[in-house]
Amino acid sequence: MSAAPLLQVDDLRIDLALGDERFAAVQDVSFSIGRGETFGLVGESGCGKSITALALIGLLRPPLRLAGGTVRLDGREIQSLRAAEMRRLRGKRISMIFQEPMTALNPVSPVGRQIAEMFVLHEGATWQEAERRAVEALASVRVAAPERRAKDYPHQLSGGMRQRVMIAIALACSPDLLLADEPTTALDVTVQAEILDLVRDLCAAKGTAVLMISHDLGLIANACRRVGVMYAGRIVETRAAEEVFRAPSHPYTSGLVASLPLLGARAKEGRRRLKEIAGVVPSVAGFPHGCRFHPRCGRASDLCREDDPGPTPLPGDGLVRCHHHG
Amino acid sequence: MRIGANLVIGGTLFALVVIAGVLAPWLAHTDPVMDANLMNAEEPPGGAFWFGTDAQGRDIYSRVLYGARISLTVGIVSQLINTVIGVCLGLSAGYWGGWWDDFVSGLTNLVLAIPSLIFALALMAILTPGLTSLLIALGLTNWSFTCRLARASALSLKSQGYVQAAKVLGYGDVRIMVTQLLPNMLGPIIVIGTLGMGGAVLAEAALSFLGLGIRPPFPSWGSMLSDARDQITTAPWISIFPGLAIFITVLGLNLLGDGLRDILDPQGRAGKA
Repeated sequence: MSAAPLLQVDDLRIDLALGDERFAAVQDVSFSIGRGETFGLVGESGCGKSITALALIGLLRPPLRLAGGTVRLDGREIQSLRAAEMRRLRGKRISMIFQEPMTALNPVSPVGRQIAEMFVLHEGATWQEAERRAVEALASVRVAAPERRAKDYPHQLSGGMRQRVMIAIALACSPDLLLADEPTTALDVTVQAEILDLVRDLCAAKGTAVLMISHDLGLIANACRRVGVMYAGRIVETRAAEEVFRAPSHPYTSGLVASLPLLGARAKEGRRRLKEIAGVVPSVAGFPHGCRFHPRCGRASDLCREDDPGPTPLPGDGLVRCHHHG
Repeated sequence: MRIGANLVIGGTLFALVVIAGVLAPWLAHTDPVMDANLMNAEEPPGGAFWFGTDAQGRDIYSRVLYGARISLTVGIVSQLINTVIGVCLGLSAGYWGGWWDDFVSGLTNLVLAIPSLIFALALMAILTPGLTSLLIALGLTNWSFTCRLARASALSLKSQGYVQAAKVLGYGDVRIMVTQLLPNMLGPIIVIGTLGMGGAVLAEAALSFLGLGIRPPFPSWGSMLSDARDQITTAPWISIFPGLAIFITVLGLNLLGDGLRDILDPQGRAGKA
């Protein structure tokens, strides 16, 4: 293992400009991903997961803006690269798959050609060679009869099939890092597991690290080694995935874990009402003073209302932002 | 797939005109320019001269066939120039936005505000009359509708998931425009282009009629009409047949455009699926 992690994000801050006012939509976000590691970002809708991913590849658009922090890829700062250099990283070293496989493929182009375009664009392959490798890429994402499928248009494929094609495109050039933004949310449950297995196996084979973004804690815990829990634009807890389940430290994480439906043996212990976290995520314009979770928190004290908790180290390379963690 | 009557009729008419133009040397009875014979002047349509002869005794049937070459060349080439200009400007303006969009939109509005025929007239007055000048004049004055269409399409397409995905995957701006946006807006562009071709044929006829297009003695439908002005009551066939040729060509192109719209329109396609 080299000393520097593959991706090191420090104190990332993303501003949202509304009129003349600026709000920090994401603040003090720091995490690192090692080579080939799968890191999960989990949190409710609107907590800043997706824009964090977009910030990593320099694709924030107004009214959002990268306002501070550093993003290092292999120790090199990439957040201030010029547009052309950043573009060369995208798709080749950092790639991404999306929530909506229905819309992420060009409807007027055969899928094989869309995969082939990556080889032409990033590796200077000839079209003939690229088309041949596209068929191999389709086969690698376990598409049956890849030669025939390569000629299909996106509307001829099912949702799961399209997501496979999208994965084939994203992993075509064996990137170092794959950003997976809710990759299975729009798919059937049975297909979800296949897609996750596929991502895991392919990334392991290619040595690609994954930033898995989801609101589904169960999925994240299954797929990732370490997990960052985001709330209201901040990472409130970073832990090993099994630790998060076994002993959640931040009250928000506890709430998320408690709100998971129980199946099998644990459900037999007793039928009980599904737990929920009271209240909703505050809007960017109205983050509460002090700890941002205190209005919804059972452990909140006067200290929480006044003072914003800083990161506290936890045993085993973890961090938590809470005055009353444990 | 159901093919509309518009498409069949329009396509047939247009194909007839194309065939007439391409095969003119074999179909024509006489040379359209050289075979003037005052002995045969103003013969009515009949066995020897199917469409009759004009004041110089030239066979109108032959001249109409050769005239198709000029009209089609002008219609197709000038509309291609218009389409290329309109798509390049509109697509880039819609995609990039900002000052470039302001500039292109302003230019489009400026061009729209001047009647295109007047604009073409002014250009022809500067250039020397002839086929090349005609192509330039008509090719530079009718791109604004295509431009607006391309810009509007680019605006709505650029927020599509696959355009965002292409950005994330490292596509450059030009590659995104060519591979992601252009193929998705091609349907309406082709429709507008076909309709515009009909307009260009008409504009050529008008300019030639006014003496600013194709110079006599070369046969163009517009200049033939212009020549026939004085004999319209005494020898109406001299003006009827070129007029009919213009009518059939423009009708064919307009029907073809409508027919293409029926099968290329995204909404039509959605109904089919």
